[in-house]
Amino acid sequence: MAPKFEKAKAIEKEHVVVDGIDVSGHWNRMFEQRVITEYTPELIEKIADLPNAESFANCYQCAKCVAVCPVDVVGNYGPRKLYRYAQTGMDLTEAPELWLCTTCANCLRVCPKEVNMVKIMPAVREQAILEGKFVPAELQQAFENTAKSGNPLGQPQRKRDAWIQNAGVPIPIIKDLGRPVDVLWYVGSYPSYHPRGIDAASAAARIFTALGIDFAILGKEEKDDADSQRLAGEKGLFEMMTEYNIETFNKYEWKELVVTGPHELNAFKNVYPKYGFERPVVHYTTFLARYLDQLKPLLKHPVNKKITYHDPCYLGRHNGEYEAPRKLLEAIPGVELVEMGRNRENGYCCGGGGGGMWMDSFTAKHTTMRLSEKRAMEAASTGANVLAVACPFEVSRFEDAVKSTGNEHVGVLDILELLDKSMRGE
Amino acid sequence: MSNDVFVITEHMDGKFSDVSFEMVGKAKELTSAWGGQAVAVVVGGGAASNIFASDATIHVDDAALSQFNPEAYGKVIEALVKEKSPRLVMFGWTAMGMDIAAWLSARTGKPCVAYARDLCIENNALIVNSQVYGGKMIAEVAPEGDMVIVACLAGSFAVEAGQGSTAATQIASPVALVGLKTKFVEAIKPAGGDVDITAQAKLVSIGRGIGSKDNVELAEELAQKLGATVSSSRPVVDAGWLPRTRQVGKSGLKVKPKLYLMLGISGAPEHLEGMKSAELIIAVNTDKKAPIFNVAHYGATADLFEVAEAMLELL
Amino acid sequence: MNIVVAIKHIPSIADDLPVKGNNVDFDSVDFVLNEFDEQSIEQAVLVKEAVGGTVTVVGVDVIGELDNVLHLALAKGADKAVKITGDDPAADSHQQAKWLAEAIKGLSPNIVFAGVQASNDLDGQIGPMIAAYLDMPYIGGVSSVEVSDHTATVNKEFAGGFGAKYSVSLPMVVGVQAASKPPRYAPISKVRQVAQMATIEKVAPSGGVSSGLSFKKMAPPVVTGHAEMIGGSSKEVAAKIVELLKSKGLA
Repeated sequence: MAPKFEKAKAIEKEHVVVDGIDVSGHWNRMFEQRVITEYTPELIEKIADLPNAESFANCYQCAKCVAVCPVDVVGNYGPRKLYRYAQTGMDLTEAPELWLCTTCANCLRVCPKEVNMVKIMPAVREQAILEGKFVPAELQQAFENTAKSGNPLGQPQRKRDAWIQNAGVPIPIIKDLGRPVDVLWYVGSYPSYHPRGIDAASAAARIFTALGIDFAILGKEEKDDADSQRLAGEKGLFEMMTEYNIETFNKYEWKELVVTGPHELNAFKNVYPKYGFERPVVHYTTFLARYLDQLKPLLKHPVNKKITYHDPCYLGRHNGEYEAPRKLLEAIPGVELVEMGRNRENGYCCGGGGGGMWMDSFTAKHTTMRLSEKRAMEAASTGANVLAVACPFEVSRFEDAVKSTGNEHVGVLDILELLDKSMRGE
Repeated sequence: MSNDVFVITEHMDGKFSDVSFEMVGKAKELTSAWGGQAVAVVVGGGAASNIFASDATIHVDDAALSQFNPEAYGKVIEALVKEKSPRLVMFGWTAMGMDIAAWLSARTGKPCVAYARDLCIENNALIVNSQVYGGKMIAEVAPEGDMVIVACLAGSFAVEAGQGSTAATQIASPVALVGLKTKFVEAIKPAGGDVDITAQAKLVSIGRGIGSKDNVELAEELAQKLGATVSSSRPVVDAGWLPRTRQVGKSGLKVKPKLYLMLGISGAPEHLEGMKSAELIIAVNTDKKAPIFNVAHYGATADLFEVAEAMLELL
Repeated sequence: MNIVVAIKHIPSIADDLPVKGNNVDFDSVDFVLNEFDEQSIEQAVLVKEAVGGTVTVVGVDVIGELDNVLHLALAKGADKAVKITGDDPAADSHQQAKWLAEAIKGLSPNIVFAGVQASNDLDGQIGPMIAAYLDMPYIGGVSSVEVSDHTATVNKEFAGGFGAKYSVSLPMVVGVQAASKPPRYAPISKVRQVAQMATIEKVAPSGGVSSGLSFKKMAPPVVTGHAEMIGGSSKEVAAKIVELLKSKGLA
């Protein structure tokens, strides 16, 4: 739609009488309410009319969001700008801008009008998908993989637990165990299939075992949480996976669900209740922080590293867990923990959320630098030689980013791997 | 029934494809055991057909055969094999052969083996090796009956064994080519390349091993000769030797070309993520333990400059 | 315009294939839609959108799980789905093509689409066979189709970017290499809606035919997980690469 531009005319008069009253003032005083004729409200209404996207219309253009938007740092973005673009003719359902938001929620944190991109983006994306509008091909692939194979990587379901063979400790499958357990550990897709994710999963298994935790995994019955697919607009896919997962979780007796990934935490804790699943769910950092007293004596080997920790958006801002990961890192002997400028509530996004994990090629065409690269540079600038993470999306993202920004000297390790290193020595 | 082997050759713009020669060579090998004749069948004019090492060459020409037309070519070949009853009819598993081999099988009720990569004779019976399931399986099958149709993967046999100078017998079409439903309209030529590497059918991809910006030119030259585009792994782009638009991999673009020729790329997982679904991956690297060799279809531990220069001379 | 798409449900090659006896162990593999059929379904829907008509997708239900595939096709724009209750995972292309041809005959198609090939086409592809059984012309390797009146204009791809344009009087069978546009995405909500509403017509297999092949052995190739190494001097390596490229029409 072409923007309807008709510039408001300034009213510049020395003497003005309105309804018999002399309201003359300085010559450039504005005498009437500015008539907004150069904008079209239709495209804003089109978005705000969608269920869950209503708050899009709340924006009053204060631009607080732009200052904290991670995408704006490497491009030209932010909720305020999206509103303005819509005002001047951009149909968000058809624009590349629709796919750049990572739903990191930093804008929502500062927005005085509660414009909620975490709800708006999935709603508009869903609309675009339903209308058959442009959807990045890589993202479609991830959707199709999830629908067909139960994970976005497109790996075979029957190999979901193949990794346990090399974990070094026996990992019980709940179905084979045939008894209730304290902890049902939801491993997640990347820790089950991605080589670096498997490293973290294996480390977790060794830590749980060393702590004597009574745990089991779902093995071949485990399927992706699909929360990021939901945020990327595929609500139907999310619901399909949710129905399956809830049924699977409820098949077995367990006290607590421990997840490796923050996105899974978000799905099971914040979204599944709408689908009737309300049971205790914790991220592994929160869970292990409870065992600090038992854990500390096991951390025998010093890890003499200067470490900076990246707050995952879905662990921090979305779920309020900032301290447990830091406590775990500080428990490791030899570790010097340093903070990046943007940390905790203002942590910078890795670019993997909201489906960004599967849109790297697409995003690259619309930004000057990857978010993960920006963050890797920030990590390196602290002088740290390890960037510690707590989200399975991040190891592969940051490992690539430290290389592409010439910061190979910064190692990228999951907190699980660091704990495991300290437990077992190199 | 005879013990002859018919090789359905293919040509375009006056040139026979290598698979034609490959099959003639194989046909000779088979007939030397069976005692029949290896017959090269050339359909359509515009190509000098006396260049095969066959025992005989039949060249069918007709105005309706001047361009490849699956319907017309199919009818001619059907009439020919029904008349001559060869023991084996060989097609290439190519754009042309794929249109006719299975069709002929259904028309004649004779068995067909596709994706064939080898044929041999055991106890006077034909055994065909077929590379199915995307190369994940090799099937060994024995086709029954007095005539067998195979469609051979290009590159399965040596080209040289099929090259020769057997004179061709020119014949008219054995079947009237009237009332054809399929009409050739025009030829389509390849379009010029551009720099969207995701849209390229062929990529020559360079890695850290290229060494310096000046050396990129060698890759450009090679790519030009192959009708390919130069892409790269991350270090090359980071070094500023190529623009970011050429980068393949996790932090670059995902590509799925027909050919991915890799020079000096070791194959970090990040790079593999961007190219592992390429149809044909050939890697040249000096490190024989480079992980790329676990992913590439063909590999060579060699100096990329020497290989690239030698390739330029051959192309 | 009666548009028919003949599809194949085949073992997935995403994972290693287990062997049982002289064939694939069909009980231990996932079955998926042949990837070229995704293209031919898209091409069929594009033709329907251009000239009107109905798209009927027909496939042999070899393992009893074809419904999912058909629902997806319906969600992507097909109008009717037919499954032939073949129930034999080892049914070869000849057998499937015969069953399909018998089922398609009754649909009086103007144009039939099939994937140009499938990874399990050991005895050839179903497209040209259906054409033979129905006595229609066939062109494979097709990457665009336009239909007007009783004629289809198709572009066929040869190697290396060369191709040819043909016009064919209908009916015909088209072997699709790639649709003129990338296959559309069907949102899962739509697929699930279709799954609840749609009826899939069941047809008993009719007509028997044999491929005439007897399996002696089926096994993974000896060299797996590693490139086939080209040995020799740099010049020899170069020569072999050039030869390889030429043999595949890539040089």
